[in-house]
Amino acid sequence: MTNSPISARAADGLQPLALSSAPSDRVAMVAFEGVTKHFEGANGQPGFTALGGIDFSVARGAITGIIGRSGAGKSTLIRLVNGLEVPTAGHVLVDGVDVATLEDTDLRALRRSVGMIFQHFNLLSSRTVYDNVALPLEIAGLDKAAIAARVRPLLDLVGLSDKERRYPAELSGGQKQRVGIARALATEPKLLLSDEATSALDPETTQSILELLRNINRDLGLTVLLITHEMEVVKTIASDVAVIDRGLIVEEGRTFDVFTAPRHETTRSLLSGLSGAKLPDAIARKLKPLPEPGDRVLVRLSFFGATAEQPLISKLMTGLGSDVNIIAGTIDEIAGEPYGSLVISYAATPDIVARADRFYAETGLATEVLGYGA
Amino acid sequence: MALEMLLSLLLKALLQTLQMVAIAGVIGTVIGLPLGVFLATSGRGELFAAPSVNRVAGLIINAARSTPFIILVVAIIPLTRLITGTSIGTTAAIVPLTLATVPFVARLVEASIREVDKGLIEAARAMGATPLQIVTKVLLAEARPSIIMALTMTLVSLIGYSAMVGAVGGGGLGDLGIRYGYQRFMPDVMLAVVVVLILLVQAIQSAGDGLARRFDRRSRKT
Repeated sequence: MTNSPISARAADGLQPLALSSAPSDRVAMVAFEGVTKHFEGANGQPGFTALGGIDFSVARGAITGIIGRSGAGKSTLIRLVNGLEVPTAGHVLVDGVDVATLEDTDLRALRRSVGMIFQHFNLLSSRTVYDNVALPLEIAGLDKAAIAARVRPLLDLVGLSDKERRYPAELSGGQKQRVGIARALATEPKLLLSDEATSALDPETTQSILELLRNINRDLGLTVLLITHEMEVVKTIASDVAVIDRGLIVEEGRTFDVFTAPRHETTRSLLSGLSGAKLPDAIARKLKPLPEPGDRVLVRLSFFGATAEQPLISKLMTGLGSDVNIIAGTIDEIAGEPYGSLVISYAATPDIVARADRFYAETGLATEVLGYGA
Repeated sequence: MALEMLLSLLLKALLQTLQMVAIAGVIGTVIGLPLGVFLATSGRGELFAAPSVNRVAGLIINAARSTPFIILVVAIIPLTRLITGTSIGTTAAIVPLTLATVPFVARLVEASIREVDKGLIEAARAMGATPLQIVTKVLLAEARPSIIMALTMTLVSLIGYSAMVGAVGGGGLGDLGIRYGYQRFMPDVMLAVVVVLILLVQAIQSAGDGLARRFDRRSRKT
């Protein structure tokens, strides 16, 4: 993060952040160790457990996505990182420092080194774009000149230089989130927390915000931890992903691996409709779970890595000694890697199926039987 | 009544009203505004969490607000005498007026502050703001138009209250209307008093509205 105009120009003005020292590549940027969170019910009502034991770490310099449905505990999880929530048990370490042990002053210093953006932007309506971005710097006690030296390049970075005198009410949703991002970056954080930052935006604006986040991650070397319920967001920018369900992390790994070979039921259902080619409704409705005589089997083939570069379909046809119908197909990108998906059908007779299975095993092709039909 | 005499009575009464309303309004705001901020931020789990103090303060404020003003005026005569050295006259009337203003302002300011989006408090905490910075840079700044409206309402109510302090010789427009217009059957004086009061309230309300609008950036302006 040395060549960006931002860090170069503003490195002077900022007070040293108490906790930004000792950056070690070996220490994860964020580590959850046996973290549970229980909310007490008010006035004798039963409380509930939001997090049931989280062990998870966020790699330095990566974009990590935590995905889950509403109520899965992801909002609570991200708020533990900057101490907006305190764990009931376990430890949350940011850059090796246990957040819960910090005194107020140190906690505020930590929060200045961790930026945060929100679903509803949380901009001050009474302040202009410029003054909103300046707010964290005012809070940190910088003088006007130092603030201007920080704010202007940030507005440049997010593409809102011409809007600095506008008020949030005069901006579109995407522009508001850009202000939110500039504000989150103002104190030169080492970590950016994104709380459903694109959930209130339309798909096109979502893409442009995600692109901005990816550029920031790449150019500033900023670690990004984002929570979302949208698989699309994780698929587009997260290199690593964790799936959270009812307060537990049920699956984690590289986004590409998790998306191409989901193991947990929750992951599969979150992924449905996203991973690969969709069957035409007319065909999907007639699919049967078990074959009847004369039926054909429908199989989804997934191509990535080595299998994406070979002429596998023509080999398959030759190997099967049977005709193959192509039902649906798509090519997509997951975490920047190409991923192809093809739905084919062939006769569901034992010998052909056996030959096909042998072919899949030899080539390492990932397959999934979708069902049977005439 | 001769016009000249009417005007001189009106002018004297207007100045007394303005004096009472202004002084009670300023002191009432100076005490009531921080109190309102405290009420809005001291509940369970809030910035300055002190739930029991909050509850006690709320009870006292409710008690003060439910006491009819005219009873408050006579009930606190010993306190008034202690502060101003007398229990009658315009200066003495300022004490009960102020005492009635404090809880009024406090409750209105509390409501204004509570309207500020909780997400903004969370954002400010995430930036590393101290509770005091959150109050000054976020809560008061965001609630400003609403607080201006609340203070405008306070001044208008104060004008109404000030009509009652004639009971302790406080003077002012209301007193003039009662003593001359009603007790001495001079409808022209009553009419003049009412017209002046209407103009005064209109002026205060327009000024307050204008000021609030200037600070209100919550909606798109053309």
